[in-house]
Amino acid sequence: MSSTVSDSTTAGPPPAPRSRKARGPGLHPEMIGWLFMRLSGVLLVSLILGHLFVNLMIGEGIERIDFAFVAGKWANPFWQFWDLAMLWLAQVHGANGMRTLINDYASRNSTRMLLKAALYTASFVVLVLGTLTIFTFDPCAAGSTLSVCSE
Amino acid sequence: MPSALPSAPAGTLYRGRDGMWTWVAHRITGVMLFFFLFAHVIDTALVNVSPEAYNTALETYKTPVVALMEVGLVAGVLFHAFNGLRVVAVDFWSQGPRYQRHMSVAVVVIWVALFVPFVVRHLMNAF
Repeated sequence: MSSTVSDSTTAGPPPAPRSRKARGPGLHPEMIGWLFMRLSGVLLVSLILGHLFVNLMIGEGIERIDFAFVAGKWANPFWQFWDLAMLWLAQVHGANGMRTLINDYASRNSTRMLLKAALYTASFVVLVLGTLTIFTFDPCAAGSTLSVCSE
Repeated sequence: MPSALPSAPAGTLYRGRDGMWTWVAHRITGVMLFFFLFAHVIDTALVNVSPEAYNTALETYKTPVVALMEVGLVAGVLFHAFNGLRVVAVDFWSQGPRYQRHMSVAVVVIWVALFVPFVVRHLMNAF
């Protein structure tokens, strides 16, 4: 065993790490991702804990959540943009986290490409569907029994 | 002669300390939250299908079994949130690496302080 170690093609001094300059100007994409995880994470702590407190802790909590509750919240642009910010930050943060896991645990090239294709497709669908849901919401859609709609 | 040698390398599993386990838990809770977000955006999108469709879906969230799953979800959210802030502090605060273990203890303390009242309140509402 020990006699074959020096036979390796990796023998010799390791290559010098690339210098900061050799990578070219500006932030490396992975550095932007790393920074985004931290910035979005800090914002998401407030956004999500606020969301959970308002929706689950105040009043009767989850018992009072229905179509009328959503209509009441989205009548206010404050909550529309709160939910929009939460949606985009969480989905991009989550997608980048899943991308990291795929890179770490899927060892075959084809598996990684397949999983990332599924990830990016799902993320695109969630972002488009979620954004449309917030901004095309009609509190007086067919079947609505809200009192404001019958006046 | 019976071989005493293991057939595969033994002891290659990295058994780290609290720093490794918070890292593992951060990944597991992150995956959990990713899949919940996917489901949650779809159930919320039902408001644009019809009021009845949304209300029917929300009735599911109010059943005892799903209420317990929500407790698990919030347990994950709280850990991921405060352990994430600890990661940010380790990376950006000059004293972060020195106090990372203290901050791990703080994560657990804050987690208990927020999780216990949540469970009491949420289960009172849901049951």
